[in-house]
Amino acid sequence: MCGIVGLLAKTDDMRRELGQFVTPMFTCMAARGPDSGGLAVFRDPVDPPLARFSVYAPDRSYDWSRLDNSVGKLAASQNGNSFQVNPLENHAIVTAATDRDSFEAWLGEVDPSLYLISVGRSMDVFKDEGEPEEIARRYKFASMTGSHCVGHTRMATESAVTPVHSHPFTAGEDFCLVHNGSLSNPYMLRRKLEREGLKFDTDNDTEAACRYIEWRLQSGEELNDALQHAFRELDGFYTLLMATAEHLTLARDAFACKPAVVAETDQYVAVGSEFRSLAHLPDVDNANLFEPAPEEIYTWRV
Amino acid sequence: MASVGEEIILDLQKQSLREVNRSLHENSPSLAGQSIQILHPAGHHSVAAGVNVAAHIEVQGHVGYYAAGMTRQATITIDGNAGCGLAENMMSGQVRVKGNASTCAGATAHGGLLIIEGNAASRCGISLKGADIVVGGSVGHMSGFMAQAGRLVVCGDAGHGLGDSLYEAVIYVRGELYGLGADAQQQDMTDEDVAQLERLLAAAEFSHKPQEFKRIGSARTLYHWNPDADLEY
Repeated sequence: MCGIVGLLAKTDDMRRELGQFVTPMFTCMAARGPDSGGLAVFRDPVDPPLARFSVYAPDRSYDWSRLDNSVGKLAASQNGNSFQVNPLENHAIVTAATDRDSFEAWLGEVDPSLYLISVGRSMDVFKDEGEPEEIARRYKFASMTGSHCVGHTRMATESAVTPVHSHPFTAGEDFCLVHNGSLSNPYMLRRKLEREGLKFDTDNDTEAACRYIEWRLQSGEELNDALQHAFRELDGFYTLLMATAEHLTLARDAFACKPAVVAETDQYVAVGSEFRSLAHLPDVDNANLFEPAPEEIYTWRV
Repeated sequence: MASVGEEIILDLQKQSLREVNRSLHENSPSLAGQSIQILHPAGHHSVAAGVNVAAHIEVQGHVGYYAAGMTRQATITIDGNAGCGLAENMMSGQVRVKGNASTCAGATAHGGLLIIEGNAASRCGISLKGADIVVGGSVGHMSGFMAQAGRLVVCGDAGHGLGDSLYEAVIYVRGELYGLGADAQQQDMTDEDVAQLERLLAAAEFSHKPQEFKRIGSARTLYHWNPDADLEY
């Protein structure tokens, strides 16, 4: 199983209430994926050279004051007040004027127990193992604001239940992916990508798909072209929902046995594994409601 | 169960799904000939599943998986879309969906008539065992897979792999065929086909002419295992 949800707001009102609308979608899909959950939210971008880093602490009562930019490698590169730590339970969104490698090296110096789960200018990711309802409460999903978001409730079938194995998976910057289904060739993809120098955080099949698609984006392809390659190279069952700072993108494999329903109105585009996760949305009965066709790519611009 | 005049109202905003379905099951004898409205289905799964009485049930909105599954005798109308496994294993009666239906509509259905006014997704009528299905729009890939008995009428187009490994069910398609499955073949229409189509289109209230349809049936080459086939299927 696994549940996927996505919501793209087309109006400012909807952006302010993004969390209000997506939280019932997410908790409804807990029935499809009760062991972990996560949400990626896209907000107004920070200006370069600033970047946003989502950091996860396994210790649920972590003391975030330990993230101090006066120590170690980050100290010299920071100027003024650009460095900020915004803790939310055992996650923190850190804003800093640095790149992924320098940040990760610094994070290792400060506390090697911490994980970096996303990097970008717009995207924040919150994910953990445990009941999705509890995760939504703990990270205050209902109060999230932003232009679009992608969520996932996991029922693990192929790799361990841990916080880093939960979705959304991220790769590169401002790119995330959630997946309902299972791949039968993730190790082949992984060996191929490792030969190209890519590093993996887990043995999860979705991470292989996420890194594969982002690797193709890095090579200069548009997302549509990257997905056409993915249709040929990913073997297995999948409904994939992806987001970048500009787009929300949905695709299903040729068999289309993993579900998805789309509802589009003047106010929003909503994607859910089942219609009941969309039933509370405003004016949904008059929405353009459809099931995505196999091997079709659906993209909505923010 | 609230009753307005002669009509019984069941509201899924006020009662749980279990309560609604239980009241349809436990009051079966007294519901014969009654009109029943089910309000606010909101995509719930298994709405009006397992009904076994000649009642008229109207569901006002979109339903989730397995709606009207295992139906006997009842006439069930869904004024909305239906999720996977609509009218799965229905035995008799009639189920009509005014919108679209997701994958595996009418799977393994033994008897009765299933009408989908919009489109049906993949695997419509998979393993059909004797029911009739009329789809006003198109059907997705692998529809009629291993269908054993009954008829699947498609007024629109049929996706690829239609009728793969068909037994004795017959498929009629009015629009494009995007590819037949293994052992499915286009066959000549007989007078019997025309008569059956006329009956089903009238029952479903579609105005198409039987002569506009193509007949797809089994070539019967897969009925017996052929050790010389050398994986050429």
